[in-house]
Parts: sequence; C-alpha cells; structure tokens
Amino acid sequence: MDLAALKTQLKNFVQSMFEEGVLDNQFSQIQALQDSTNPNFVEEVITLFCNDAERIVNEINRNLGYQNVDFSNLDSYVHQLKGSSSSIGANRLKLACANLRQASDERNKEGCLQALQLITCEYCLLRRKFQALLHLERSIVELETNQK
Amino acid sequence: MDTLEQNPVHKDDYNPDLLEPSPIQEEYAPVVFAQDIVSHVVSIDMLSGQEDSKNVLCARKSGKGVLTAPFRLLKTNRLGVILTFAVYKRDLPLNATPTERIQATDGYLGGVFDIESLVEKLLQQLASKQTILVNVLDTTNQSYPISMYGLNASNDGLEHVSLLNFGDPFRKHEMRCRFKQKPPWPWLGITTSIGILVIALLVGHIFHATVNRIAKVEDDCHKMMELKKQAEAADVAKSQFLATVSHEIRTPMNGVLGMLHMLMDTDLDVTQLDYVRTAQASGKALVALINEVLDQAKIESGKLELEEVQFDLRAILDDVLSLFSGKSQDKGVELAVYISDQVPQMLIGDPGRFRQIIINLMGNSIKFTEKGHILVTVHLVEEVIDSIEVETESSSENTLSGFPVADRRQSWKGFRTFSQEGFIHPFSHSINLIVSVEDTGEGIPLEAQSRVFTPFMQVGPSISRTHGGTGIGLSISKCLVNLMKGEIGFASIPKIGSTFTFTAIFTSGSSSSKKYKSQQINKMSNSVSSEFYGMRALVMDPRPVRAKVSKYQIRRLGIHVEVVSQWKQGLSSICRGSNAINMVIVEQEVWDKYLNNSTLFFDTLEKIDYGTPPKVFLLSNSISSSGANISTGVCNMTVIPKPLRSSMLAAALQRTMGVGNKGNPCNGQLNSLSLRNLLLGRKILIVDDNNVNLKVAAGAMKKYGADVVSATRGIEAIELLTPPHQFDACFMDIQMPEMDGFEATRRIRDMEHNINNRIHHGELSVEAYNNVSNWHVSILAMTADVIQATREECLRCGMDGYVSKPFEAEQLYREVSRFFQ
Repeated sequence: MDLAALKTQLKNFVQSMFEEGVLDNQFSQIQALQDSTNPNFVEEVITLFCNDAERIVNEINRNLGYQNVDFSNLDSYVHQLKGSSSSIGANRLKLACANLRQASDERNKEGCLQALQLITCEYCLLRRKFQALLHLERSIVELETNQK
Repeated sequence: MDTLEQNPVHKDDYNPDLLEPSPIQEEYAPVVFAQDIVSHVVSIDMLSGQEDSKNVLCARKSGKGVLTAPFRLLKTNRLGVILTFAVYKRDLPLNATPTERIQATDGYLGGVFDIESLVEKLLQQLASKQTILVNVLDTTNQSYPISMYGLNASNDGLEHVSLLNFGDPFRKHEMRCRFKQKPPWPWLGITTSIGILVIALLVGHIFHATVNRIAKVEDDCHKMMELKKQAEAADVAKSQFLATVSHEIRTPMNGVLGMLHMLMDTDLDVTQLDYVRTAQASGKALVALINEVLDQAKIESGKLELEEVQFDLRAILDDVLSLFSGKSQDKGVELAVYISDQVPQMLIGDPGRFRQIIINLMGNSIKFTEKGHILVTVHLVEEVIDSIEVETESSSENTLSGFPVADRRQSWKGFRTFSQEGFIHPFSHSINLIVSVEDTGEGIPLEAQSRVFTPFMQVGPSISRTHGGTGIGLSISKCLVNLMKGEIGFASIPKIGSTFTFTAIFTSGSSSSKKYKSQQINKMSNSVSSEFYGMRALVMDPRPVRAKVSKYQIRRLGIHVEVVSQWKQGLSSICRGSNAINMVIVEQEVWDKYLNNSTLFFDTLEKIDYGTPPKVFLLSNSISSSGANISTGVCNMTVIPKPLRSSMLAAALQRTMGVGNKGNPCNGQLNSLSLRNLLLGRKILIVDDNNVNLKVAAGAMKKYGADVVSATRGIEAIELLTPPHQFDACFMDIQMPEMDGFEATRRIRDMEHNINNRIHHGELSVEAYNNVSNWHVSILAMTADVIQATREECLRCGMDGYVSKPFEAEQLYREVSRFFQ
C-alpha cells in the first residue's frame, strides 16, 4: 500500500476512535507533541500507558478478590488509572473509572466488580485499537524510511 | 145519578153527526154543565166511551185525578187529555175503601186539556232562537207511546227527554225536545280556538327556536373557547417546543464550534484550514439562525427583557463596522459610520440588543447592495427635529458615494415623536437617539413594502436561497425597538436604495451612578486617544458627507481636523504653515483623479522647510486595488482600508509615526507561539507519580521549548528544589502516595524561608546561592479534580497557582504568564 493511502487509513482510524468516544481531544494534543525531536512520542506514551493500566487493573482485581476490600487503597488505584486515561485521552476508559470511583465511595463491592468488568472491557478494546494504530504507524515509518 | 160533569170523549168513538142516544146500561154519566168553549159536550154520556168510562170509574175508585190517554178532542180535533175528578158527598178518610168511595160518589168533574195549544203557548214563552221540536208523549204503555203533541219526526240528533207530571199517578208523560236543524258549526268558536291554537303554536315555536338558538350559540361559544384554548396552548407549546429544540440544538452546535476553534489551533495544511473555516462559518450561521428563532419565540411569549448596563455606543458601532468590513470590501461597497458629538460617551441600556438591531439592518443592506455606500448615522432626536424645518431639499448627488439614496426624512415621516407639537422629555436623563441606516442597494419593491416587518417574510422566494436568512430579522428588530420605547420606519425606492430609521430611548450613563455594571470596554479605544492628542490633520475629500464621517473618526483620537475639497487648496494650507499639519489624509477618489500621476504633491511636501513633512495616508475602498497603484517613487504613503475606524487609524499612525504603545496581544487567539515565547529555555520540574501523566506533561512542556526534568515522588522534588538550583518553575501533582503535593510544597517553602533568613542574617553567603537572596520557585499544582477547597489549600501551603490535568493551552498560558513576563 502506498504512503498516502496508509496515512489516510491511519487518519480515518483515529477519526473513528474519536467518533466512538474511545478517544478524545487530548489524544490529538499528544499526537501534536510528536515531531522530529520526538519521533516516537505517541508510541512511547501508548506503551507506557498500556503497561501502567494493565498493572493497575490487575491490582484492582486482586484487591476485590479479598473478603474485606480495602476501599481506600482501591480508590488510589482508580485515581491513578483515571489520571492516566485523562492524560492519554482515553475517554471511555476514563468514564468507566468514574463509575468504579463512585462504587468504591459507596463501599459497594458488587458495584465495584461490575465497574471493574466495564473497565476491563474498555481497556481491552482500547488496547486492541492502540495496537492496530501502532501497527499502522510503524508501517508508515517503514515506508518513509524506505523511500528515503 | 145527577152529576154535573165533563165527560171524556174518546177520539175513536166520536162523531158529532153520529150522536145517538146512549145505549141502555146500568149507569149513566151525562155532562150537565160545561164551559162555553166546550159546550158541545153537554149531554154526552161520559160512560159511553170505553176509555172515558174506565177513566171515570178509576177516578171514582181512587179519589185522585186521573188522566186519559191522549186522543182527538170533539170538535177541535186536536190532541188532548181529560182529567177527571170524583166529587164525594162527604169527606172520606184517606184509607177509605174503593167500595166506600163508590158509594160516596156524588158526581164527577172533568177538565179538558188541549195539549197542543198548551204546549205551543208554553213554547212561545221560550222564544228560542233555534227551532225546537217538541214531542209530548204519553208513555204509560212503554211499547206503545201515544203522541200528544208534535210531529213524529225522525229520531236523529240529540233528544232531551223530560218527564211531565200532570198529577195522575197512573199515567206517565214524557216530553222530548230536539233541535229542528242540526246545530250549525260554531264558526266563531272554531276560528277563535284555531286562532289561539295557531298563536300558541307559533309562540311555542318561537320559544323553541329561541331556546335552540341560545343553546346552539352557547354551544358554539363553548366550542370556540375550547378551540381558542387549544390554539393558545398549541401556540405556547409551539414556542416552547421551538425554544427547547433550539436550545438543544444550540448546545451541541456550540460544542462543534468549540472543537472547530480548537482544530484551527492545530497543524493544518491549507486545504484543511479552508475546510475548517467553511465549517466554522456554516456553524456560526446556524447558531445565528437558531438564536434568531429563539428570540422570536421569546418575543412571542413576551419573555424578552432588556438589560440595563453602561456601554459605549461608539465602541459598539466600531465592532459592527469591523464585522462587516470584510464583506463590504469584497463587494466594493463603502461602509461608513457617523455619530454626532451630542450623543454622550456612555449610555445605559441593552448594548447586545442594540447591536442586534444595527447588525440586522446593516446585514440586510449588505445583502442587497452591490455598489455605492452604506451609511450609519446616530443623532439625538432634538438635533434632527431642529433641522427638519431648516433643511432644504438636498440634491441627490450630495451623498456619501455620489449615488442617490432614499430620503431619510421619509423614513421617519410617520413617527409619533415628531408629530407632536413640542418634544417632551419624559425624564431629564433620557437620551432619545435616532439611528439611520442608508444604502444604495436594490430597494424594496412597492408591493412588498407593507409586509416588511412581518416575521418570516422575504421579498421573494428565491431570496433565502441566494442570500440566506429566514426573514425574522426585521420583525425581531421592530420588537426590540418597541421594547426600547422607540419607533422604526423606512423609506425605499426600488433600484435607488433604502433608508431604515429607528429611535430608541436610553438614559445617560454618567459616572456618578455607580450602581450599573459597566460592560467591559475595549481598553484599546480609550488608551489610544491620548497619544495623538493635539495633532492636526488635513482631509482631502470633495464629498461633504464622506468628509464628515472621516472627520468624526479622526477627531475621536483627539486630532484636530480640517477638510478641503480641492487638493490644491490643501497644499496651499499646508505650505502656509501657520499651524503645522501632522498628517494628510487623502480620499481614494482624489488620488485617482489628480494625484496618481502627479509628483507635484509629494515634491511640494518634501520641500516644506519647517518641521517634519506631514505623513500621507490614503483611504481606499479595497486593499488590493490601491496596492497596485502606488508608484514606487512614493515612500511616505500608507494605505488605510475603508471603512475608516479610529482603531485602524491609530494603528496606522502608530506604525508610521512610531508613537504609542504596542498594545496588548489579542486575547482571542492564543496560539502556541505565545506559550513558546514564555517558556523557551526555561527549566521546568514536573512531579507526578503517574508515568503516563508525567510523560504527557513533559512532552507538552518540551513542545514549548522548555527544558524539562521529571520526578515521580515528592521527596525527589524537595531534593531537586533545594537551593541553589536552576529551576524556573515546578508543576507538582497533588495526589501522590508517600508525600502529596501540599506537603512537598510546604516543606519546600519552609526550606526556602529558612535559607532566605540565614542569607539575610549573614550565616550563609549569598554567592553560594547564585546571588539570589530570596528564593521562591514558582510552584503550580496539577490537579484533575478542580474543586474550590483544593484551590484554597494550594494557596495556603504556598503554591502560586494551579492548572488542570491534562494541560489546557489557554489556562496554562494564563497561569504561567503571571510569573514569566
């Protein structure tokens, strides 16, 4: 596939993520931060985010597995995940975190489990999309370097 | 037996000619005495007849009067009866036996009754109008009644039967009466009753009809009330629906516009920029349309209210002018605004709505004008009233652009404020303005002129297609003008132009009444006036109206203006030099006609031997046309595009004359350039426990050219910010494990305070600390939850401000610009 088509495909893909609400404007700010001095910025941020998010989701899972759930601990994890999601522009994930936050405030274990399920769902979706996006980006970079 | 008696004569037996001696029998009862009238019965033996003898013997036996059956009397041959009484020798007791009676009989007494004459005489007494037939009958023998009187007529009709009592118990007599003729129809009665019936029917009918009608009318009335209520409800519902829907549309529209605005800030190539601009323009048009419809709905439901705010009229018109300047330049139409000096600087009223009216009128003018000019004038009503009588017929050439216009006096002909004898000031502080928008466009066709202010009306169906808009503008303007207690009118001549005029009442916005909020006045318009105060300008313009406008705009800057219509005249006044002229402003027309090819003008200017030669400015209709015409030999000329605005003039003057401050950067457009200016080369510390946040924030800072250091813990931050250090600012996340942002900041401040004190007391040498004796690094909080409490907490523990996570360009700039100038 040629470069222009790939770029269009990438643009459309990102646009579709915007439209679905998976990503919001913050992500485009991050894209804007990538330039010649910082060529892999987006990839780096995404990778960092995914690692971080997975870690946190596992922690939360473990926490909720206990008989007596430590809600304040849970709260701080959720806060972290929410913060990361905001920074990267993962809109739906951020909203899902708000759900979990609320359930945690209410000390509602059932609600927390449900919210966690939603978060896991959203995160998986996001990760899949991010992987596709990164794949496209790498292909573009490859083509560009080949052309040079 | 010698008795005197009247003997009954049996009708069957009697014939006077056949009188013969009575046969031999035991007893004889001859009539001995008789009345004269019945003298013919003398010597007739009453016992000879069968009936008579029976009668006599009966009377003898009973001692009572006995009547015979009716029979034909002797001689007269009329029906009659005979009543016989027995006369006794002595008084008999009542219970005497018949034998005793027979023994005691002395004689007999008989009376003849002529029934017919009797009855007739009786009947004559009656004298009835109707002929009555009377039948008197002897009904002793029921099956065989003997008729005594009357014809035996038929038995039809009603018969009245009455019993007659002659006193004889053995006999019964009846009288039967009957009308001879059938009774005639009682015509009077019938007619009367029919009449009454008819009248009753008619009256009943009238009542019935009336009641029905009343019922029907009431019914209709009820129905109408129902329908009216329904219609009103529908109307209100429609307005509400409209308003709700419009409101619902407005919110996402604003979202779209906001996004487009932000999109404009990102990196876009030319095509993309073009697309975005188009989308923005469409979006703005849509929002304007929705606002108009909302206004219409508000007006209909009577909910529109005007503000009372202090505002500067001239600033508003400047805004409007700049709004339309692009379009007018594109079309080649000259736009001008003139405000009379008598209009005060500040007014109290609703500036937004006033603006809306003017934008409406000017928008219409721009739409329909292809050549010539659009002139907006604002005067006090008193000025105009005075001039009405004095004003002579102005020639059609004496207009701004030379094109004829519709006479403005026609547009306010019908106003009530002018028709009264004396102009009444309702309140001493009220300012009654009259505003006219005059254009040289197509005009309004005569048949459409009456409908101009009706909502949704447009001159032709194609208008909305070619020009856009829904036609609500003028009707909303009219309502707004009415709310401002003014009137609106127009004069329009097809193919010549239209002039719309309206009045509005405001109050004077004197500075003593502080209770009114003052609208944020654009500082620029006030600040520039001081720099040019006292300068002198010369305007070269042959058209007095246009020159007046230019003069007004220049005088706003405090510059004294002199107008000449001939350039040679102007030149001579410059050279005369009694009062130094600082600038010459030449109208494009003058330039094109006379000066373009003549170097005389500029040579003369350069040769002025006193002071600096005046700068020359050209007022041109469009930027492009004049740029090509300026010959390269001329250096001193600056082009100012029309419409002439004080602000643009001031900017041009500043550029050429090097006077005045640079002014503040426009608040509207904040691009990364300004942030870059602020942050370039600065050393920034970013502290956040979340790696992703850290990376993004650091990336953003790096984009603006800052030198970024990252830290993930509060403790690290404290270490790094221990003086001496090179950091200019620090962005600190609040919620961190181990030590949160507040705690870290507190410790840093304590540390700084400590060191500052020690430096002051000389315990520590200032050289060791980079010669800085008052350490205070700017710390800004980064927070995702922006609540008031957090803000206060930030300030309390020594932070200098806060920004939200993720970074938002405008907010970031605002906060950071406080420390880095």
